[in-house]
Amino acid sequence: MKLTSSWALCLSIATSLAFVTTGQSQQISGAGATFPAPLYQRWGVEFNKVQPGIQVNYQSVGSGAGVKNFMQGVVDFGASDAAMTDDEIAKVSAGVVLIPATAGEIVYAYNLPGVTGLKLTREVMAGIYLGTVKKWNDPAIVKANPDLKLPNTPIQVAYRSDGSGTTYVFTQHLSKISSDFDDQVGTDKSVTFPVGVGGKGNEGVTALIKQSPGTVGYVEYGYAKDNGLSMASLQNKSGNFVAPDIASARDTLSNVQLPENLRIWPVDPEGANDYPIVSFTWLLLYKKYPNAEKLKALKEFVNWGLTDGQSFSESLGYVPLPQPVVEKAKAALDTVQ
Amino acid sequence: MSAPEKDIISPAGYRPAPDLFRILCQTASLLTVLMLGWIIYEILESAWPSIQKFGFDFMTTSAWVPNRERFGVLPFIIGTVASSLLAILLAFPLGVAIAIFLSENFLSASIRQTMRFVVEMLAAIPSVVYGLWGIFVIIPIVKAFGDWAVASMGDFPLFSGPAYGNSLLTASVVLAIMILPTITAISRNALASVPKTLREGAYALGSTRWEAIFSVILPTAAPGIVAATILGLGRAMGETMAVAMLIGNSSRLSWSILSPSGTLAGLLANQFGEAQGLQVNSLMYAALILIGITLIVNLLGEAALRHTQKQTAGIR
Repeated sequence: MKLTSSWALCLSIATSLAFVTTGQSQQISGAGATFPAPLYQRWGVEFNKVQPGIQVNYQSVGSGAGVKNFMQGVVDFGASDAAMTDDEIAKVSAGVVLIPATAGEIVYAYNLPGVTGLKLTREVMAGIYLGTVKKWNDPAIVKANPDLKLPNTPIQVAYRSDGSGTTYVFTQHLSKISSDFDDQVGTDKSVTFPVGVGGKGNEGVTALIKQSPGTVGYVEYGYAKDNGLSMASLQNKSGNFVAPDIASARDTLSNVQLPENLRIWPVDPEGANDYPIVSFTWLLLYKKYPNAEKLKALKEFVNWGLTDGQSFSESLGYVPLPQPVVEKAKAALDTVQ
Repeated sequence: MSAPEKDIISPAGYRPAPDLFRILCQTASLLTVLMLGWIIYEILESAWPSIQKFGFDFMTTSAWVPNRERFGVLPFIIGTVASSLLAILLAFPLGVAIAIFLSENFLSASIRQTMRFVVEMLAAIPSVVYGLWGIFVIIPIVKAFGDWAVASMGDFPLFSGPAYGNSLLTASVVLAIMILPTITAISRNALASVPKTLREGAYALGSTRWEAIFSVILPTAAPGIVAATILGLGRAMGETMAVAMLIGNSSRLSWSILSPSGTLAGLLANQFGEAQGLQVNSLMYAALILIGITLIVNLLGEAALRHTQKQTAGIR
């Protein structure tokens, strides 16, 4: 009697498990950029509460590896800070739809005890990373900050030693505003700066800045904010100094005219109050999915991310997408079949 | 009593059926060799475009500029060798001293056993934990030392400023701690296996304890200590995560041990995830060079081991 009841219990557990795995649950796997990973992973958790049948698994392997995995077809979606190049898109037989999913801003974070509200002109921004602006009381910095007491100490420069979309967007901006920088360093996911120390990941650069007074480095806004680092106001194209925050980044993004393929970098935005170094990050979807159930689940997830999911952006240090961008992204999502 | 009909140890004594155990062992060792060959072949194949393009210059130039497709790993080769040697320099005296202490009867056996366990526990700490610990503990200390060294010995190229927290010295200090258990454990075994009679003989001839240690016990255990050092050096060269977090990952050449530097393993860990095209080929080439360096170190170690064994053969 006892035996029979325990058998029955086992059987009922087995059937219910089978029901969960085959009948209801849909697994979606994605891989790619590390920068938006905290947000995508949060989306996965929150979306699972809304839609318990759909499980989203996102692995932060880096944009480059994400694109590779996506092209090999081993994931359901990819994610990349550098979107995909036309060459890469051409190699995917199922076709590619790029969906801007969130955005970030890159800040000059610095550690100068007693100095807040530092302003950096465009020349200084490039000069620091070219090694031509060497001291904190360099005349070029003093001129833009007449009210600050700047120390006569060397500027220690921190950069990302690992390949990253952050470095790509950052060097893209500096190359645009300084021809010297373009000549000597150029734009890429990993470049060789003539000065400084490399830290691994946003957290590595953050640690470098936190530990040594006199250090400046570029990190994603969320990292600087979470770690209480001071952030410099940067001079934009119209000459105004803009402090990095979610509002100024949203200004920049609202002024962006998205092209047909939704792939654009606001490299040197023109608006008077635009924060200068802002970038989207993209989800990479195939144009066609053979499995109808998976397609439905994936579309539900991305659609949720573009709407309800945006409310998680700000607390994690990301910039919520402006409404026009969301509309265009949703229209692009509709073309996925 | 007559001798057994068959010698049960000789192969002739076995049953004629295929010996499953022997086949298993042979297959396993063959697979290991094949695996190594396969790995090297795969790396060589991916590295080939870069080898063709840069050839030997890859090892003698110091540009690593992925966006301009210029690649050279000289600074990383130097960084790999320098950080490991510096780590050995720090860890060797300490490790051998601990090994002597643990193999002599200065303290009761139970305390020594505990200490030995603690030192060996160092080997169980994951690399990334060493990296984090280095960031928060070692970097401030090395930075303070560096500032002092630059101020007082700045004219000496090895200590020329400015001093950085993430530097060759920081990485070497943490590497030294990481390889300490390897050096200590193997040296201790070598010291402990020195025959008791030698020690007794030394005392009988009127040696003090220090004389016995330095002129009899250490020379006798020398081959084991050399082996320990080489193993430590090998570990230091291949170490990736902790070094990548601490060394500053710079491709600029500098004499100063207080400047950021870079290692081959760190370069691979940093750049592989986002690399494409020729950069991937060049990283594979760098991996090949790392394997080459490790191989050379092992061969040198083997040679040193044989040499010391020959030198000390008389006293064992």
